[in-house]
Amino acid sequence: MGVLDPAVELVRGLWTTLKSMFEKPVTIQYPEEKREVRKRFRGRHVLHRYDNGLEKCIGCSLCAAACPADAIFVEAAENTDEKRFSPGERYASTYEINMLRCIYCGYCEDACPTEAITLGDNYELSYYDRRSAIYDKDMLLEPVPASAMLTPQKVEPNVFTRSVPEMENPKD
Amino acid sequence: MISDWTLWLEWFIKALILIFALLGGFAYLTFYERRALARIQTRIGPNRAGPFGLLQPIADAVKLIFKEELTPAKAYKFVFFLAPILTVVPSIIIAAVIPWGTSINLFGREIKLYLADINVGVLYFTAIASIAVYGIVLAGWSSNSKYAMLGGMRSTAQMISYELALGISMVPVILLANSMNMREIVEAQRSMWFVVYQPIGALIFWIATLAEVNRAPFDMPEAEQELTAGYHAEYSGMKFALFFMAEYQKMIIICAIAAVFFFGGYLGPGVDQYPLLGPVYMVVKIVILLFGMIWVRATWPRLRYDRLMTFGWKVLLPVSLATVFLTALGILLFEMTGNSMWMWFISASSAIVFLIPVLGIYRALRRLSYGRA
Repeated sequence: MGVLDPAVELVRGLWTTLKSMFEKPVTIQYPEEKREVRKRFRGRHVLHRYDNGLEKCIGCSLCAAACPADAIFVEAAENTDEKRFSPGERYASTYEINMLRCIYCGYCEDACPTEAITLGDNYELSYYDRRSAIYDKDMLLEPVPASAMLTPQKVEPNVFTRSVPEMENPKD
Repeated sequence: MISDWTLWLEWFIKALILIFALLGGFAYLTFYERRALARIQTRIGPNRAGPFGLLQPIADAVKLIFKEELTPAKAYKFVFFLAPILTVVPSIIIAAVIPWGTSINLFGREIKLYLADINVGVLYFTAIASIAVYGIVLAGWSSNSKYAMLGGMRSTAQMISYELALGISMVPVILLANSMNMREIVEAQRSMWFVVYQPIGALIFWIATLAEVNRAPFDMPEAEQELTAGYHAEYSGMKFALFFMAEYQKMIIICAIAAVFFFGGYLGPGVDQYPLLGPVYMVVKIVILLFGMIWVRATWPRLRYDRLMTFGWKVLLPVSLATVFLTALGILLFEMTGNSMWMWFISASSAIVFLIPVLGIYRALRRLSYGRA
């Protein structure tokens, strides 16, 4: 049968493509249907809070220093027990990330001493102008568990003296 | 007695309907192709514009109309402008000779379901089909671009080479029908479709038409990987749309011609009682044949250029000449003996002849694989 091979192989190709016509399409109909991102996906940044509502970010600017694209700008201010944003002495009064500059490398995550910033799972970033590509602290900060825990908080003196919490090594 | 102006009106209206059907057919053929290709590649395809994406062709048309039209600085302006017209006009006027049915009675007069019933319809088709090559080569030349030039050159060489095999593969049909009139060719297939008598002729016709309309696997004039877009690389906007239109209209027309030559044209069950079924059968056959073109495009890779030429000249041309000889021989033996078994001799002997190039290709492939080892 080897002689007929040139013709048979062509027909076999046609048969393969015809069979694939009756397979289920792999298309995900994006705006209606969204695929779960991977566990380590690096999307838009999120600034985290402790369970009591205080911000994890202490305004140390290590993320800004680590950023290879110079996308992060941090300005720090002093905490007081009357107006406390985060544990320890200082908090970030301004925290801005330019999403057009960010390369989503995740170095800011690695640099952060308090695990305050992580790259989340939101990838739907779009803007009408360059200014709105700059995400400020309000947009990045995660919501509080209950409205009573908004920052700044009025707290007991000498409780939140340590800016970096006790932490374990990461597991994953 | 029909007055003169009503006849003119009838022709005018029929021509208008035909042109609009072709334009609509072109738009929806792009949609059909995209959806079919998508399904073959286990995707869905365009489904956003309108229900099932049916308005997609309109969106595409609007996009193409509003696109900027560029003319390269050192292009030969007049020819650059003329080339798309020279490509699109033949693709429309070929349609004139295609019979869509017998005749119907409308407003108390007999209306024939074809535009021109000329007695050399086959010749008309070959003549007009070869004009299209001018448009392509002029487009390539006037663009003043290397890619377009190479695309145009390739296209000329390819279309002229395959036109021979195409023309000769139509001779068995003419012999079997004993006529060059398209309508008589269809009528001659009342007892049996010609694809049964001459399957190899149909196959050669099919391959040669694929090359003639520059479809994959013979789309050398617009091989994206080598020539960006080939002969229309410098065209944009509506001028590009005209090339696009010509290519797809030629696909429709070629499929209609293939249906007429080999698949019984407008014939089908009940067509004599209800003549309006004729166009319906034609459309169904065209859609099926078009699927064949899309299917082939989705499956087979493009041929290398030297092999394309080798295949055209050394395989298709001799085999099509052999089919002409065998068809003539079969008809002669049938007429001498009166035994209709001789008609089957045509298909059997051409199938045997077809085995010769297959054997040749097999041996060439074997030689190649030994050479590599």
